[in-house]
Amino acid sequence: MNAVTTPSTVTTAPPGRRTGREGFAGLRHSSARRAVVFHLISVAVLVIVLYPVVWMLVSSFRPTSEIIGNVSLFPDPDTTSFDNYVRALSGIGGVSFWTFFKNSLILAVGSVVGIAISGSLSAYALARIRFPGRNLWFSLMIATLLLPFHVVIIPQYIVYNSLGLVNSFWPLLLGKFLAAEAFFVFLMVQFMRNLPRELDEAARIDGAGHLRIYRSIMLPLMKPALVTSSIFAFIWSWNDFFGPLLFLKDPELYSLPIALRLYVDQTTTSDYGAQMAMAVLALVPVVLFFVVFQRHLVEGVATQGLKG
Amino acid sequence: MTHGKVVVERMQSGDVPSPARPRPARRRSRRGETRAGYAFLAPWLLGFFLLTAGPMVASLVLAFTDYNLFNTPEFIGLENFTRLFEDQRYLASLKVTGLYVLIGTPIKLACSLAVAMLLNNRFKAKGFYRSAFYLPSLVGASVSVAIVWKAMFIDGGIVDRIGQTAGMQAGGWVGDPGKTMPMFVLLTVWQFGAPMVIFLAGLKQVPAELYEAAAVDGAGPVRKFLNITLPMLSPVLFFNLLLETIHSFQIFASAFIISGGSGGPANSTLFYTLYLYIRGFADFQMGYASAMAWILVLVVGLVTLLFFKSSKFWVFYSGEDK
Repeated sequence: MNAVTTPSTVTTAPPGRRTGREGFAGLRHSSARRAVVFHLISVAVLVIVLYPVVWMLVSSFRPTSEIIGNVSLFPDPDTTSFDNYVRALSGIGGVSFWTFFKNSLILAVGSVVGIAISGSLSAYALARIRFPGRNLWFSLMIATLLLPFHVVIIPQYIVYNSLGLVNSFWPLLLGKFLAAEAFFVFLMVQFMRNLPRELDEAARIDGAGHLRIYRSIMLPLMKPALVTSSIFAFIWSWNDFFGPLLFLKDPELYSLPIALRLYVDQTTTSDYGAQMAMAVLALVPVVLFFVVFQRHLVEGVATQGLKG
Repeated sequence: MTHGKVVVERMQSGDVPSPARPRPARRRSRRGETRAGYAFLAPWLLGFFLLTAGPMVASLVLAFTDYNLFNTPEFIGLENFTRLFEDQRYLASLKVTGLYVLIGTPIKLACSLAVAMLLNNRFKAKGFYRSAFYLPSLVGASVSVAIVWKAMFIDGGIVDRIGQTAGMQAGGWVGDPGKTMPMFVLLTVWQFGAPMVIFLAGLKQVPAELYEAAAVDGAGPVRKFLNITLPMLSPVLFFNLLLETIHSFQIFASAFIISGGSGGPANSTLFYTLYLYIRGFADFQMGYASAMAWILVLVVGLVTLLFFKSSKFWVFYSGEDK
């Protein structure tokens, strides 16, 4: 009986009172039909949703001449090859693919570390310490949540440029270590607020200071919030395009999205095969994260998004 | 850049700062607490002043100057703003972005609500579908997907082929100013998963008794949807709508990749932030771009305000939280 209907979709008669229209098979018959309809529609949506992704993957093994306009998702065994990947991995303009990969990885891991440290420290202050001005800072933090970053990026660029920091990872990482992405602070504040106060009160009575409470009580307990933050921090950094486009000028420092863009621009006689291969390679870590943590990601959006 | 989504969801769930419990004063001096508070908050405070508040003031000042990164900023009053509204490309970017927000967001949310309702049941596989449908939201704004989209919608691409079989005129969508908008709308609708997940969580909170009572009263599915689902879901709808709208204003990477950074053909993909990028970081007209950035902030602020002001007419909060 995996086909129990939810109240929202109950349209059949209650058990025991069969109407003539449904016949004597009644409820069971109709709920089996509901299951079939449910799966039919869901699979149809699934096909639409996954088509572009699968098409990209299949195309990355096809010769360039057979990519554009080829609707089929079934690989042709005669032409399937890794040639595109060989070209993609050889890199662009003398810079190896693995350099771009390494740069992306440094930026993503740096973001995760920065956000975990700065976010949890700031969140501890806002959630667990009472001090004058706290509510003001909290409100200001909320106010920055919806602020388009374009309004700060121009002066930031000017300052980084005058400090000679354009063309380095600094502009992309500094903000993460200064909790500039309020989203993560907010997420952690909400999580900490729901942890029982008795824990730190007990620790205080035992003479523990804030640093000790933060390290020995809060950090271990807020692991779920840290994991969720880290996953999102990694993926957002990995996919980020605007920041690296602005601040990374030397191909040796390019992250994958910028390298991909260079690749698209540079190949005048469009080498779609290699583009697809590189696009796939650039997405591999994100998809891996998704596969491993998909429950965590989706639950994070759903439960932490709603209940807090 | 989908940050806001989760957050505001939480803001509306009544998670406002709860008054902290009174604590025995003797345990810790007030001054010590203040010092600890500011010490722990230091990273965020530094970031707030150095990377947010300071630059905001700076860009507000720059908006009234002529500055190209190499000259001394020259004060020119409102000239940037008056020039903006005579700038045909700027007006085009306003139109393109406005249309995108107005068309893309409602369709995306309608799809995500429909699929959420489809998945709001007890069938075993629903968790699998939910995760799979969420995937595009995770990768949709990436350069990789923009490349795939371009390859699919280009002249002779698969969308063109399928369109021709369906009797449409031959031709790629990428190079046709009349078809770029639907292409971008499809790209955003494809990412319906994130709002869907939030809708689903909202649907789970709707008390089953309401539907049972309505069924007893003989209400059909349409009336149940209009009289129960929609009102009960209106807070979630409100925040999905707000965040998707604000998010849509800021589309960048896909427009940049698909148009090759130009906003073409015929300015039909010249989204607001793309034009801001061109002016600020290709032409180095920092004053002009700052004026654009501040107009964006004002528009986003105004939209947010309108949403909140209008919410009392259509957002229904049940008193259950009390």
